[in-house]
Amino acid sequence: MVNFFIENQDLIYIVILSILLGVEVISNVPAILHTPLMSGANAIHGVVIIGAIIVMGHAHSDDYLALTLGFLAVLLGTLNVVGGFVVTNRMLEMFKKKK
Amino acid sequence: MSNFLLQLSYLIGSITFIVGLKQLSSPDSARKGNLVAAFGMVLAIIGTILFHEHDGNKIGNIPWILGAMALGTVVGWMMAMKVKMTAMPQMVSFFNGMGGACAAIISIVEFNSHPDGAPGYLLVVFLGLIIGTVSFSGSIIAYGKLDDKIKDISSKALTYFNLLLLLAIFVVLGIAVASPEVFGHDVVWLLLGLSAAYGVLFVMPIGGADMPVVISLLNSFTGMAAAFGGFLYNNPVMLTGGILVGSAGTILTVLMCNAMNRSLLNVIIGSFGGGGASGKGADGEQVVKEISVTDTAILCAYAGKVTIVPGYGLAVAQAQHICHDLEKKLEDKGVEVSFAIHPVAGRMPGHMNVLLAEADVPYPKLVEMEDANPGMSSTDVVIVVGANDVVNPAAENDPSSPIYGMPVLKVWEAKNVIVMKRSMRAGYAGIENELFFHPKTKMLFGDAKDTLGKLVAEIKEL
Repeated sequence: MVNFFIENQDLIYIVILSILLGVEVISNVPAILHTPLMSGANAIHGVVIIGAIIVMGHAHSDDYLALTLGFLAVLLGTLNVVGGFVVTNRMLEMFKKKK
Repeated sequence: MSNFLLQLSYLIGSITFIVGLKQLSSPDSARKGNLVAAFGMVLAIIGTILFHEHDGNKIGNIPWILGAMALGTVVGWMMAMKVKMTAMPQMVSFFNGMGGACAAIISIVEFNSHPDGAPGYLLVVFLGLIIGTVSFSGSIIAYGKLDDKIKDISSKALTYFNLLLLLAIFVVLGIAVASPEVFGHDVVWLLLGLSAAYGVLFVMPIGGADMPVVISLLNSFTGMAAAFGGFLYNNPVMLTGGILVGSAGTILTVLMCNAMNRSLLNVIIGSFGGGGASGKGADGEQVVKEISVTDTAILCAYAGKVTIVPGYGLAVAQAQHICHDLEKKLEDKGVEVSFAIHPVAGRMPGHMNVLLAEADVPYPKLVEMEDANPGMSSTDVVIVVGANDVVNPAAENDPSSPIYGMPVLKVWEAKNVIVMKRSMRAGYAGIENELFFHPKTKMLFGDAKDTLGKLVAEIKEL
């Protein structure tokens, strides 16, 4: 436990500060923006694609299971990122137009 | 040097996520915020492909990675551009599920390459797998339900079974981490199966007004799954991005629950409509009064103040543009028109705002519930377009109703209420609405778009 804490001190700081930031950033959002915000957050967690790239990038060229799964992971992660940002942008575009 | 550039791209990526999310929570900067976050994402992805090293090895298999990304970009872009505004909630749920699946696959590959890792490592891998999988299967079910492809199934037995299933997942997880030899390497498939089943069965019985809450919850799940990936690779941008979404999503979920005056636990365990019939219903002698389009036109055109209450029926009928026409025609006649927006009207919070914004309804005309309710008694005509549960007086005066305690739009305080509806069917929550039998209420049956079109034509004639 003590070792875990000391070894991962930086990560623990990032985790706690990020949690507080997330709470702080969202707390005052008007209901009108709930859907775009959820959609935007949805796109941001597409950052998981970086894990997929790492998995795929370090898979041995004869490990077909890892290669197949890695390919699938990158594909799905990209869907999440691209689809997420484009959908959010489409929603927000409509808010802007009628100013 | 390359490590410096990698870390720099991650730092900038993390900052853009925070700034982007912050800007997304204010109407004026929201669009910029989305682009800022997207820019950071692209930077972090390029940084990873160019500079990431593991044991001195650079990223390999680049053609395959780029191929998968190209395919994902084309498909994702097309889906996102082609989807109708009314189907937006499903789309978000679908993309969310893809992220969850991505996290789950990463965990599977990681486990297969280091099946005998330290307990802490295994815990992170398995948690990423479980949460990612639940998010994936749950999101796909939510997608199907919102798209009317999957019907609600609910029973008390299912609730208990779900709790058992959840318990089983934790037990297997505990054993797999503490003494990996018990299950061997196949435990990863066992956990995958259990989690997938749980995701399906957990969303299956949740219906009614609770769907937005579930999507938001699953969204924060995927954020957490991404964060576990960040732990796995000691990757700061995955950590900040994932946790930010995890915590922001959780807060958003709680905000939505508050809007319905219910606890999160209540949403998850006690699914809506499980009891079937609500308190009323037996005293079936009530009659509804119908009104013609012509009478409605006259009533509205000579009113001082008209409030339109949109609901999911508006989205289904694609009636947002014609609704805007109605608003303009009435204003030409000197009527004061506004839209009263319930926070959970439709299938997602803010769903109505998005739709009406698409139809170019000016921003200040959208009035939130807290501001709309005090003005109800001075309103001459309220037109309810395809909304039901969010205007149900039972939430105020019937303790036996499943939605008792949920804040609603008090349309019955207005002088006249016109309810536009396709039929007398109950709302999404499956409960009767005594508003329809209220002395002030008149029903205008028909497809919302059709009826509104006729109404606009009649008003033009006057």
